[in-house]
Amino acid sequence: MTLVVSDLCVDHGAIRAISGVCFEVGKGQLAAVIGANGAGKTTLLRTLSGLKSTSSGTAFWNGHDLLHAKPEQLVRLGISHVSEGKSVIPELTVEENLNLGALWRSNGAEAPATLIQVLATFPRLAERRSQLADTLSGGERQMLAIGRALMSKPELLLLDEPSLGLAPLVIAQIFQSIRDLTSAMGLTVVLVEQNAMSALKIADIGIVLNLGSVVVSDTAKNLIENPQVRAAYLGY
Amino acid sequence: MYQFINTVLNGITSGAIFSLMAIALVLVWRSTRVINFAQSGMALLSTYIGFECIQRLHSFWIALPLSMIAGAFFAALVDTFFMRVLFRRTADGPISGVAPIIATLGLLGLIRSSLGMIVGNSDASIRPPVSNVGFTVSGHTLAFSPLKLMTLSMVIALMLGLTLVFQRTNLGLALRASAYAPEIARLAGVRVDAIRTIGWALAGAAGAAAGMLQTPNGNGALAPDSLEFNLLLVFGFIAAVIGGLESLVGAVVGGLVLGLFLAFIQYYVSGSLVFIAAFCILIIVLLLKPKGLLGSKAGRRA
Amino acid sequence: MHKILHTNLGRALFFTALGFGLFLASNRIDELRVYQGATLAMFVVAISSLILLTGYSGQVSLGHGAIMAIGAYAAALARIHWGLPVWLCFSAAVVVAAFAGAVLGTAAARLSGPYLAGTTLALAVGLPSIANQFHVLGGEQGLLFDIGQPPSWLGADFTSYKWYFWIGSSACLITLWWLQNILRSRYGRTWRAVRGNEVAAQLCGIHAGKSKTLAFSVSSGLAGLAGALLAMTISTVSPSAFPLSLSFTLLTGAVLSGITTLPGVIIGAVTLVATPEIADAISQRMANSESVTTNLPGLLVSALLILVVLFVPNGPVEQMRMFRVKARSHTKN
Ligand SMILES: Nc1ncnc2c1ncn2[C@@H]1O[C@H](COP(=O)(O)OP(=O)(O)OP(=O)(O)O)[C@@H](O)[C@H]1O
Ligand SMILES: [Mg+2]
Repeated sequence: MTLVVSDLCVDHGAIRAISGVCFEVGKGQLAAVIGANGAGKTTLLRTLSGLKSTSSGTAFWNGHDLLHAKPEQLVRLGISHVSEGKSVIPELTVEENLNLGALWRSNGAEAPATLIQVLATFPRLAERRSQLADTLSGGERQMLAIGRALMSKPELLLLDEPSLGLAPLVIAQIFQSIRDLTSAMGLTVVLVEQNAMSALKIADIGIVLNLGSVVVSDTAKNLIENPQVRAAYLGY
Repeated sequence: MYQFINTVLNGITSGAIFSLMAIALVLVWRSTRVINFAQSGMALLSTYIGFECIQRLHSFWIALPLSMIAGAFFAALVDTFFMRVLFRRTADGPISGVAPIIATLGLLGLIRSSLGMIVGNSDASIRPPVSNVGFTVSGHTLAFSPLKLMTLSMVIALMLGLTLVFQRTNLGLALRASAYAPEIARLAGVRVDAIRTIGWALAGAAGAAAGMLQTPNGNGALAPDSLEFNLLLVFGFIAAVIGGLESLVGAVVGGLVLGLFLAFIQYYVSGSLVFIAAFCILIIVLLLKPKGLLGSKAGRRA
Repeated sequence: MHKILHTNLGRALFFTALGFGLFLASNRIDELRVYQGATLAMFVVAISSLILLTGYSGQVSLGHGAIMAIGAYAAALARIHWGLPVWLCFSAAVVVAAFAGAVLGTAAARLSGPYLAGTTLALAVGLPSIANQFHVLGGEQGLLFDIGQPPSWLGADFTSYKWYFWIGSSACLITLWWLQNILRSRYGRTWRAVRGNEVAAQLCGIHAGKSKTLAFSVSSGLAGLAGALLAMTISTVSPSAFPLSLSFTLLTGAVLSGITTLPGVIIGAVTLVATPEIADAISQRMANSESVTTNLPGLLVSALLILVVLFVPNGPVEQMRMFRVKARSHTKN
């Protein structure tokens, strides 16, 4: 039960955004991918979820090829992607946004049970069930986006900068939920973050990207103590 | 006074049919960001199929759903085998913006001329399934007849049905999500391509209903080169724009507003100014309220 | 050859020579072909106007037939009421249509693709009915547009068809020459910039709205000229001469020419002139039933339109150029 990425190269036209990236994430692990703006983090996640096509390399999730499938197929393999920037649909209500994540599951009977579970995880969403997503605050939207991904009963969760534009307190809250979820549901998580310190604190392993290549990958603990990483990404 | 009431009733009835066409255009626009100029051709084709059904089965009430199914089926074929190929081939390049417009126009021409070849100038007509003699109220005959009442109630029923599908069913949720945010919908596991085809199919059915209701509501005659269907397309488009092009409710409001406006122009100003008046209202709406009367935000939701 | 064409004088000389060649040709071919030549010239002008709009400003119009009608009515009215000389009638057509285009263009500049397409479609459907409303426009029968006999110094055997051809091809050559120049000017560059990327162009200080309005207006002026030429060849102006299908036909011509480039314009025009004849030939061979005869031209035109959009979306000329570029890069390797 692992995510294995090897020699991955991805191009945006003439720009090589990812070059020769290799890493592994074991089942139940939370991997933090950190790196400066434009390092290729978003591109990496979009490739893993099928939104972006690859140039070369391989990526497997439990033996399933990720690089030649469409996002809607990958969801059915247990992969959920929360894309950059609060991926909710503002024209739908909170409940509709959540239900959207469970639409594809043929045995819709469990969907209500999942809904209850998700609403229990994010009680603020429960209060706002019939409100339009448009009217939510930034933090609530991020919770909704994660909640929608959870509704698909994922085994691998890809999160792209959940802390984007949120206040420190809210970030702490969201990160805590992510940690709890990982442990409680046995999820495997790839968390992309600018906010390197907070991410590494909750992560099991860390991967540092720079200009599309992996600079270091190690356990999160070691990375926090690594002087170069501290200087370059943690700011002290 | 009776003149006024008659004008209002006529306006609402014809407006309701414009609404149906507007709904068809909006459904396609929302699912693929294309104004389907072939919609009138597709409606024409379905109406001919409806006509053939009436000839064989002698019932408008069986022919109507059959023609709607045919319309839906044809639209789904067009999306799957034509539009998808078109999008793949013209995805980028200088004409990507205009290619769908040109392609749907070509399709319109193709449908019309092939229909013309097949049915020739044999005169087809659809007789009203119920009487078109106006109701009489205290000695005055109104312009409102059982036929018009039927048309109006059919349109309302279809609109309610569609609204229910959109608001209450899983399919509706998938349709809305794919329209508003296709990428998020895909990430949530919605097969957006298939859902788009369903959007086209619903549009095909709505267009077929518009054609089947419009024909007996006019003079009943059906011809491949009929002006009636061109007008249906143009008025449907104007109604959709008045409603903001994004919303089904907007399309209905737009159709009714346009229908009433044109009825008043027709009775109180001049019959031959109707077309140009429609053009003027379109320009005015586009200049003053480019997002439609409902406004973009409210419009997108409904 | 190419170098000469890139100078102003060279282009002027080229078009003059072309005109002289056409003039000589008109003496050697039969009347029907001469008449078709006049129609061809009209189509070249009309299609150029569309290409200018779509190819160089990124807008598409489904109502250029209606704008042609505006020009044609302007020319006819000028002729009937003021008895203006022919060339002034044509100028009137250009000016009035360009003015109408400017008004419409103000609205159009704010509209993006499908909105503009729908709006111009509504115009094409709506405009002809105005003729019935106002008496001066002559209703369904329309107005007579008689440009008179060819001047006597051209000789007694100079037929009116030849005269049409003459006027048509001069107008057409002047149009093309003028277009070549304007597209190389500041305006041409502005249009291309706006089409390429409206936001970027605006950041460079180009007023995208004004530029689009101007493009629409210039294009309409040319369409007006084409309308007057059409009216000349059929001697009348009536709503039925400018049906919705005319607008669609023009668009087909433009797409066949390669809607983004001017040099292919002749391909589109020739196809439009040839289609009815080919259709005639086919339908005579085949069923020869009335429904086939009337619908075959439409069928051919639409089928061509679809095939071209699917398989050579950038038009034959651009496609050839791309082939050549590819071939060249192959030989280099
Ligand atoms: N659609 C695109 N077209 C062209 N280049 C792109 C595209 N998307 C990303 N890029 C380029 O690819 C590189 C990596 O971008 P990416 O969005 O993956 O970075 P990131 O690490 O997510 O940055 P950030 O932290 O700012 O979100 C950048 O140089 C970017 O400019
Ligand atoms: Mg990013």
